[in-house]
Amino acid sequence: MCGLCGVFGVQEHWSDNADGKRRQPAHAERMHRLGTAQRMLKPFGLSLREWAGRYVIANRTGKSEVIEHLGLLWQAAERLTGASCDPLDPAYLEQL
Amino acid sequence: MYGQKITVNLLTGFLGSGKTTLLKRLLSEPDLAGTAVLVNEFGDVGLDHLLLEEVDEDVVLLQSGCVCCTIRGDLKEAMLRLHGRAHNGEIPNFSRLAIETTGLADPAPIVATLAADPVLRNHYRLGNIVTVIDAIEGTSNIERFAESRKQAAVADRLVITKSDLTGAHPTSLNTQLQALNPTASIVLGGTGEPVSQTLFTDDLHDDKAKQAEVERWLARDDDDHQHHTDDIKSFSIETDTPLDWAAFGLWLSMLLNHHGQRILRVKGILHIEGIDRPVVVHGVQHTIHKPLHLDRWPGGKLGSRLVVIAEGLSPADVQVSFQKIVIGKRRDA
Repeated sequence: MCGLCGVFGVQEHWSDNADGKRRQPAHAERMHRLGTAQRMLKPFGLSLREWAGRYVIANRTGKSEVIEHLGLLWQAAERLTGASCDPLDPAYLEQL
Repeated sequence: MYGQKITVNLLTGFLGSGKTTLLKRLLSEPDLAGTAVLVNEFGDVGLDHLLLEEVDEDVVLLQSGCVCCTIRGDLKEAMLRLHGRAHNGEIPNFSRLAIETTGLADPAPIVATLAADPVLRNHYRLGNIVTVIDAIEGTSNIERFAESRKQAAVADRLVITKSDLTGAHPTSLNTQLQALNPTASIVLGGTGEPVSQTLFTDDLHDDKAKQAEVERWLARDDDDHQHHTDDIKSFSIETDTPLDWAAFGLWLSMLLNHHGQRILRVKGILHIEGIDRPVVVHGVQHTIHKPLHLDRWPGGKLGSRLVVIAEGLSPADVQVSFQKIVIGKRRDA
């Protein structure tokens, strides 16, 4: 599923389940994904928490967005930081 | 046709490459009899197919979208209209839809259209992308036109047409195409050559064909781990370390969010922690399809191998990022 196109009422993402089945990941898996995403967002000064089966991403000033699934995470992160989130950036990789 | 998704085959290729001629020959194959056709424009070669419709190229840019994630509103409407007419009994049911693009079309928005719309996704699924290359003008078109390079780079099947007119096997074109897209199979499709329906029928959704399809992606890339033309490179990322699915999904989403316009195709198998069987991931630009499973490891060898075809990206940078974010974030790391 395209992260950019997924905004149109789509509440699932290709990365939800490695087996490709259409269902919510188990609680433990969701918590693990949340922790992994939190570590990846930290260098950008962003936080993430789960809320009612969705996610809330926030910056240091408290500005936040609700996202349906983690496929929308990086677009939201770029809006909240006003900067690019480039996984190839050596400075970012250094901070992980 | 209900309960079973309709396979969509995308037929693309540069101006004058022989797309309609190939399509006409394919549609005469008995197993492709239940195929509906959407064309952008009626060409010189007439198609007198029973289920044939024309679609205007009306590209709608998503408000938050980039160019490669434009949605073909016209195409969506045409696909739903065809499905609705079959449902109402106005036209015969069809099990496959062939979309013939214009010669200058970018295939990515068509793939994105299919993946983005929940209604379309409910009725259709993407099958093979078949790109037609003309043996006479193909090399020149690939060198001169970005559209031609991109059409070749995103293909699952590359068909060289008009090879019967050149009088020689198109070796240099073959080499050029392998460098652009080592995961696609290359076949000759001149008028003197037999054309197989398997161009359309053998794909990842076919349980009998998917193992061989993935093994072919990886075998073709075995010769060398990096192929390139001037600006498009294909390279593979490999590891024997089982991967954390969460870290991989977040990494690939982040990579595609930032560099998706430059990543033309991603194909590969992954060894995911806690899953014994190979997990197949594949996509075109920003659009990644839901993962599939294979029953056995290609060559009996466990491990992850991701083939990336990208424009203007450093393979070393992608590999360093993968190593740091995905391997470095394993649960026991």
